[in-house]
Amino acid sequence: MGFVSRAFKGRPRDQPRDARVPPGQYLVRDFPVLSAGPTPHTSLAEWSFSIEGEVDEEKRWSWEELRALPSETVTRDIHCVTKWSKLDTTWEGISVDTLLEGVETAADYVMAFCDGGYTTNLPLEDVTGGKAWIAFAFDGQPLESQHGGPARLLVPHLYFWKSAKWVRGFRLMNEDSPGFWETYGYHMYGDPWQEQRYSGD
Amino acid sequence: MLDLVDETPRVRSLVLAVPGWPEHLAGQHVDVRLTAEDGYQAERSYSIASAPAGERLTLTVERLDDGEVSPYLAGELRAGDELELRGPIGGYFVWEGALGGPLLLVAGGSGICPLMAMLRLRQAAASAVPTRLLYSSRSLEDVIYRDELDRLVAMGSGLEVIHTLTRSIPEGWSGLHRRIDTAMLGAVAWPPAERPLIFVCGPTPLVESAAESLVNLGHEPAHIKTERFGPTGG
Amino acid sequence: MTEQELRLDGNAAAGLLQEIFVHEVTAARGACAACGSVGPMGAQHLYMSPRSPGAVLRCSACEGVLMVIVRAGGRFRLGLQGLVWIEMQDVDATS
Repeated sequence: MGFVSRAFKGRPRDQPRDARVPPGQYLVRDFPVLSAGPTPHTSLAEWSFSIEGEVDEEKRWSWEELRALPSETVTRDIHCVTKWSKLDTTWEGISVDTLLEGVETAADYVMAFCDGGYTTNLPLEDVTGGKAWIAFAFDGQPLESQHGGPARLLVPHLYFWKSAKWVRGFRLMNEDSPGFWETYGYHMYGDPWQEQRYSGD
Repeated sequence: MLDLVDETPRVRSLVLAVPGWPEHLAGQHVDVRLTAEDGYQAERSYSIASAPAGERLTLTVERLDDGEVSPYLAGELRAGDELELRGPIGGYFVWEGALGGPLLLVAGGSGICPLMAMLRLRQAAASAVPTRLLYSSRSLEDVIYRDELDRLVAMGSGLEVIHTLTRSIPEGWSGLHRRIDTAMLGAVAWPPAERPLIFVCGPTPLVESAAESLVNLGHEPAHIKTERFGPTGG
Repeated sequence: MTEQELRLDGNAAAGLLQEIFVHEVTAARGACAACGSVGPMGAQHLYMSPRSPGAVLRCSACEGVLMVIVRAGGRFRLGLQGLVWIEMQDVDATS
């Protein structure tokens, strides 16, 4: 056994109580802020969401147009690759299925792209079929910019780095291609139940 | 761990003996890693507050209420406990006597720590480099190393210390009592023509606003070195 | 000498690389690939918290990514795409 710091317990972390917590994760009550860069502050007037790349016709919504689409309120558990999980988080957002309605594509992958330059790659089938949302509210409040507001991608069944903050669109791709953290050694898919943290896991 | 010294109600210094310690430079830091019984680890960086002195070093830690590491270091830790350290680290925010001066040090709260290492080195080396410290604290009782700073000034070796208090002002306080701003830096700093070496350390907003003010006052950006404490979660 | 004779194995750079990678990199200067600014690594902006997936060093002028460091399952990966060059003092040089 290696070095142990006498009487050090660390941040309170609940031992996983139930089958809802993936292996290697501990539960938190707070909502940690993780960021790879400065928080962008794009005005809603300039904000838009686009679907581009391998599509017959690109699509784009202004903030008002997006908010006029039917939204859903969902409660899900989220799991961060840095080992914290948070249960029963409540979000309001537009289902990605709604955005992809009528989009003709043969692509199998999407690259979510964001203000500030962040990207993350996902299989198309992981953002469709009621599995992903463009979320603009958390816990009944507009999503704070530090948590990705005005809108972030929410893909709760994958590690949370896939739920890109400050999302501005999807680029549809025929081939998978690594996003920001994936380029630097994180897993291309990121299933918390398989502990797919790093490439090769 | 040799000794613990309470500096203020929220700040404690840890005096460590580190076998095989390669002597550090004033301004460098160490990474402290804590490991719980279950293998959980937390790591934070702390500036070294002591001048280079053999295998001994001092870290000064402010206890953050919602912190994870600082309440342990500044609360739980006892003399005789062991700590896992990596360091000394950092080659940028560093002052050595040979770099000369004049030296302008700007500190906010526990941002004094690496600057104190510079002042202690300056003293130990009997350096007469003209030096001014502008030090912002919440209140007089939050001033870290207050007595030692007074003693260093009283030695008359060309050190001036200017305190400013941002929250509670004691009765009869005749010093500055506002946040560090351009006018204050303009009054305290040497003119840019004297090319002072400037070190700024403290919370990110203080550091960014002080650095911006100094550039606006005409100081060369290359002469302004900064060290921000981010929202590291203590 | 033919071009072929000039080509060595990367192994032959071991000594040179060892000289470079022992340096205190925060004191090294680098050039941002996005905006061309030059400055010491220690003066750039670092985005890192105890619970972030990695450390991202960004240019203090344009916030472009200079360097990314990820500790990923028993190895470090160092991304340097945002740096055109990095320069360290040659301690052996006599001037």
